[in-house]
Amino acid sequence: MTDQSRTDRSTTGRSTTDKTMTPDEVVARLRSGMTVGIGGWGARRKPMALVRALLRSDVTDLTVVSYGGPDVGLLAAAGKIRKLVAAFVTLDSIPLEPHFRAARQQGAFELEEVDEAMFMWGLHAAANRLPFLPVRAGIGSDVMRVNPRLRTVTSPYEDGETFVAMPALRLDAALVHVNRADRRGNGQYLGPDPYFDDLFCEAADAAYVSCERLVDGFGSDVVPQSLLVRRHAVTGVVETPNGAHFTSCVPDHDRDEAFQKMYATTPWPEFAERFLPPDGDEKQYQSAVQAWHEEQK
Amino acid sequence: MTPTTAGPTTGTTTGTTAGTTRAEYCVIACADAWRGDGEVLASPMGLIPAAGARLARRTFSPDLLLTDGEAMLVGPDGAAEGWLPYRQHLAMVTGGKRHVMMGASQLDRFGNQNISCIGDWARPDRQLLGVRGAPVNTLNNPVSYWVPRHSPRVFVEKVDMISGVGYDSAAAAGPSATRYHRIPRVVTNLAVLDFETPGHAMRLASVHPGVTVEEVQAATGFPLALPEGGEVPFTREPTPEELRLIREVIDPKGTREREVPSA
Repeated sequence: MTDQSRTDRSTTGRSTTDKTMTPDEVVARLRSGMTVGIGGWGARRKPMALVRALLRSDVTDLTVVSYGGPDVGLLAAAGKIRKLVAAFVTLDSIPLEPHFRAARQQGAFELEEVDEAMFMWGLHAAANRLPFLPVRAGIGSDVMRVNPRLRTVTSPYEDGETFVAMPALRLDAALVHVNRADRRGNGQYLGPDPYFDDLFCEAADAAYVSCERLVDGFGSDVVPQSLLVRRHAVTGVVETPNGAHFTSCVPDHDRDEAFQKMYATTPWPEFAERFLPPDGDEKQYQSAVQAWHEEQK
Repeated sequence: MTPTTAGPTTGTTTGTTAGTTRAEYCVIACADAWRGDGEVLASPMGLIPAAGARLARRTFSPDLLLTDGEAMLVGPDGAAEGWLPYRQHLAMVTGGKRHVMMGASQLDRFGNQNISCIGDWARPDRQLLGVRGAPVNTLNNPVSYWVPRHSPRVFVEKVDMISGVGYDSAAAAGPSATRYHRIPRVVTNLAVLDFETPGHAMRLASVHPGVTVEEVQAATGFPLALPEGGEVPFTREPTPEELRLIREVIDPKGTREREVPSA
């Protein structure tokens, strides 16, 4: 639905692997019932423009795998989650996510509640094509009680210790947001923490990377460690300026605390009507946000 | 919003540190959690634990590592000295080089902690954060707790969802769970508690000046063990230098007084 124009580099001979697409083109590749991993952490560097495109689509019945923030809250409010795999859901500066809470208290979806480290090792297992990885976490806690499918594994060495065998968190699709990306799918983060975005991409059959700004290359003075996401693990690239809004994406933009506060205190139908109308798009959303800020002055 | 400097409702303060507020006793009690820890990461959750960690770092535990709350390790002046993104933070947990002070929505007699939800997990009355890293923390590095409002709602006979593993649950889960499991202390707005009893049941280690043993017991949903001899000491006084650091350097805006208001 967007009128975003782009150059098809395949006709120029400079590249045959232009992976750029629009948010709606990404969502067109997703199917109801899929397992979708969402990068970032809490209310930090979430691929919100892609989540918003998902919210406007008919895709539903999702298994969402996330270090949860407003991505989970929005998808829960819209009734798109069948099952959530998470260790927490938070807005950081607002500890409890209101839509996630309401959905849980209504028993709206199934929850696979695991520990943060179990979650990480589940992604590692998936990225490494292993069925599980052992982790010293979970045993002794009620994570075992509420996840009766979890199994333990005993060390084959002389220590004989018992660990949780954290199953691979294999994903049908991953959505992540970074500061910069090129058309081939190489992604760069410029903030303090990579979170687990590279792992999400490697754990997925198809990964879609949105970015604040598309670049032709990273230059000779690039900080090597900032090149987090490698193109072999990426299916599509989307340029979405301010696309992590209202989560933080430093140094491009901080969390929009005023907007987040409004999001957390506004009834969902009212919020959705204004900011996520079915006939809207990302451009409409960004204009609506700007208009809202004008009203607050 | 200037912090009150009125003294606690007791005559136990010394001349040099008279006027120590309840919040300041809490900072001292939190700081002492990291005493003798050496070169490990102090991970405080909450304003008063954060002030305590910084106080410990500036005084008796100078080798402690501190974070800026994001991904940087910082010195007491805030200058970066290292990088600790979440993935390495989680590795530091399992390596054991960390002592975290977590919050607790519920805490039981053996130190089982809940931050996940209240009520039946399948459809909770109140959904909270989720278990977060409590399961991995408690099995791998020392975990202390901070409870800014000591009440029978927090200190319960049985928690609704074991997030942080207590001594009885670790023992039941076997040697892989007990190997690195340790809960050094629980600091509240009223007292310091620990598990230094033969069966690891919670013990009242000290009460903050101005608080009685009876008050702490009344605010706790299960009977507390007492130190041998039955005499409960007061939480220690800050030194004049500690008090100066808290008031002038670490928390000059007095945010501690908002987390634990003086009576």
